[in-house]
Amino acid sequence: MKGIIRASTAIVIISAILFYAVHVLESSSATSGSGSISVYNWGEYIDPELISQFEEETGIQVIYETFDSNESMMTKIEQGGTSYDVAMPSEYAIEKMKENDLLLPIDQSKIPNLENIDPYFLDLPFDPGNEYSIPYFWGTVGIAYNPTLLEGQTFESWDDLWNPTLEQEVILVDSAREVIGMGLNSLGYSLNSTDLGELREATDKLKTLGPNVKAIIGDEIVEMMRREEAAVAVTWSGQAADMMWINEDIDYAVPEEGSNLWFDNMIIPSTAGNVDGAHQFINFMLDAEVAAQNADYVGYSSPNAAALELMDPEVTGDERFYPTEEMRDRLEVYENLGLEMLGVYNELFLEFKMDMEK
Amino acid sequence: MTNRSSRPWYLAPYYIWILLFVIAPIALVVYFSFLDLAGDFTLENYANFFSSTYFRMTLSSFWYAFLITFISVLIAYPTAYWLTKTKHKQLWLLLIIIPSWINLLLKAYAFIGIFGLYGPANQLIQFFGAGPLQILFTDFSFVFVAVYIFIPFMVLPIFNSLDKINPALIDASRDLGASQWTTFRRVIFPLAINGVKSGVQAVFIPALSLFVITRLIAGNKVITLGTAIEQQFLVTQNWGMGSTIAVFLILFMIIIMLLTGPKEKGGALNGKAK
Amino acid sequence: MAKLSKPAKIYLAFVFFILYAPIFYLIFYSFNSGGTMSGFENFTLEHYAAVFNDTRLLIIVLNTVIVALLSALISTAIGVLGAIGIIFLRNRKMRNAVLSLNTVLIVSPDVIIGASFLILFTMVGVKLGFASVLVSHIAFSIPIVVIMVLPKLQEMSSSLIDAATDLGASQRDILTRVIIPYIKPGIFAGFFLALTYSLDDFAVTFFVTGNGFATLSVEIYSMARAGITLTINALSALIFVVTLGLVLGYYFFNQRSAANAGTGGPRP
Repeated sequence: MKGIIRASTAIVIISAILFYAVHVLESSSATSGSGSISVYNWGEYIDPELISQFEEETGIQVIYETFDSNESMMTKIEQGGTSYDVAMPSEYAIEKMKENDLLLPIDQSKIPNLENIDPYFLDLPFDPGNEYSIPYFWGTVGIAYNPTLLEGQTFESWDDLWNPTLEQEVILVDSAREVIGMGLNSLGYSLNSTDLGELREATDKLKTLGPNVKAIIGDEIVEMMRREEAAVAVTWSGQAADMMWINEDIDYAVPEEGSNLWFDNMIIPSTAGNVDGAHQFINFMLDAEVAAQNADYVGYSSPNAAALELMDPEVTGDERFYPTEEMRDRLEVYENLGLEMLGVYNELFLEFKMDMEK
Repeated sequence: MTNRSSRPWYLAPYYIWILLFVIAPIALVVYFSFLDLAGDFTLENYANFFSSTYFRMTLSSFWYAFLITFISVLIAYPTAYWLTKTKHKQLWLLLIIIPSWINLLLKAYAFIGIFGLYGPANQLIQFFGAGPLQILFTDFSFVFVAVYIFIPFMVLPIFNSLDKINPALIDASRDLGASQWTTFRRVIFPLAINGVKSGVQAVFIPALSLFVITRLIAGNKVITLGTAIEQQFLVTQNWGMGSTIAVFLILFMIIIMLLTGPKEKGGALNGKAK
Repeated sequence: MAKLSKPAKIYLAFVFFILYAPIFYLIFYSFNSGGTMSGFENFTLEHYAAVFNDTRLLIIVLNTVIVALLSALISTAIGVLGAIGIIFLRNRKMRNAVLSLNTVLIVSPDVIIGASFLILFTMVGVKLGFASVLVSHIAFSIPIVVIMVLPKLQEMSSSLIDAATDLGASQRDILTRVIIPYIKPGIFAGFFLALTYSLDDFAVTFFVTGNGFATLSVEIYSMARAGITLTINALSALIFVVTLGLVLGYYFFNQRSAANAGTGGPRP
């Protein structure tokens, strides 16, 4: 018994020491100052240097956490046991969060840097007047491919993916709306379709893509393409930019039938504990220099007009990543289709995956 | 002993735990399985489960779990058997278990590298003159990695039951003129069958619910019940459907426990597979 | 002791080779200056230096250890008392029922455990973070401890307790002076296993964590999506070496005390 009591005491003491160590580490990384904010963002979606810079400038400590899908982020916020101050969901998620009263209104008088944003990205249908959200990044869905592995084949149309020479070469992103949306687009339908007939047709068409599909994975796509494990990937523009950063052979195209145009905006969840700090953070991220540095790091397209002027014109003039307004008009923004339709999309996606199984 | 002392006070925290973390979650899962998206009572989830997609998924999930369990037994049994004959057997057993303490995701990433087109596995194949093969994102790589994960949890219970066999029994069998094979078939195997049962219990259900390596290693070409539950809870946000699949998984679990349940008391010495 | 035949040795060597191959693969690339897990360039220790410079990562490692230690300690306490209680249940049916409930959580898939705990915490209104993770880890470790301790308790003859009762020992004395010393190896084994399950858990923690609190496996999951940095390889190499050291230490410590007690060493 004595041994056990001694061992237990030792464990408690060790834990206490470790607790203290965590405390010391946490306070050493934080500058003395007023409170903290917690930021909930996608993985690899901010330049970590900027977080330190923000902490130094304002004295507010940033607790940074990442999520891997809009849905898991909403689940955590809806659950109520969290108190994130800033999050970066996509437009359809913002619409949904607004419906569910998960957002706090943004006081634009506290965001003077809002004037840096290109007006094209303001006052969009999912949040008229930017009452609840401020643009962070935007991008497209398209095809990343490596011409050196493909004998010069190019991709102008979604249908090019069905080319029989691409057997076991195509990686798809593991997301129902992107993949079903691609099927819909390739048939000329809207990627916000709620017509069950169109959805069925799209799924049936996708099933014929089966032999060409190598895998359906998440962000691992970037590694796979960098290492030339696969030649073609359907993915987001920023991931394509990441691949091209390492492997210069890779190219990116948005098919002519149309595709998805998306916006990730900064919002303040209703559970926020430090609303003032959240505003400071949002304003900081809109600063021209900060936004330029962030866009360089992240690789997605910045909506910040003032920042674009500071960036390499070769990057900002690249129409693959900064398509002209005319090109953008061909693209569609996701609408919030409601949980029920989301369920339908996911079930069709599951059916597509099941069909691939051998 | 009186009835009072058979329920001592120190059982209280344990009972509270059972109530809060075993019974309550199961009750919640069952409750949610009868709710639709709007939170109203429905049986639709159950009807949906028997729709072709989910039913096919269940069947294929079972097939893979069966395959994984079967291969695990095939590999783990001789391993455990020979381990009991080594000198520092407890140490060797620990060394079998240690790899399971390294984060599963990291091992999965290592396997992505090993099985990749330019990885060591393909270099070996090319060394023997064959072209690079697509190993990653196939059902082979999925079963391989799954078996890899579960081997320690199969070896452990089999080892424990083999180790408990009294050597005198084996000597007696030999003395009576039984061949090595007969001794194994008639003496060792029946005595160790409980270990195999525990191992099957520890592997089969977790194999039904593997969910990270289905994406990383199988590229979502294999879908398990676990993947489907994760998707329903975190992506579709249809907790009702997710709970319904979970209810079936719990039912399967009970069936497996009844089929393999150890008759002798306290024989369920098994590990929990991740 | 029978000697192993040659095929047996080759077979075991092969099994061990496969089991350790991915781990050595990880460790090998932790020395790669190339920055990714493909194409080894030059030997470097920079990734090890990076581990110690990354405050956030260190905090996460410490948090992981704290959760593991505390959850293992508390779950061992509850589990041991629970196991003793089960043994004293005279009603056979009742005992089997409790044991089955105990087993349910061991064989339950992590996804279900995590999801149902999340529902539970939501309903109770618990703030996600350190507390919810700790409570969950305690919850899923308890049944393992029970299962580790039970065989030892069954070995213990009831006459031992009857004798103590006859000699006028109180319930408390029986517990602290007779039972617990006897089942000590089981208690340590249970603690040890609870510790490793906690360190290893990803799925449950993923569901119930929040507010900036992360354990190592959750952090690796979110980092992994952007391609694992070799810092994580270096960190896992360090953790591997430390665990290996602890395990060997544990083994030889146990070997010694087992030699004293005359039992068969550790039962992991």
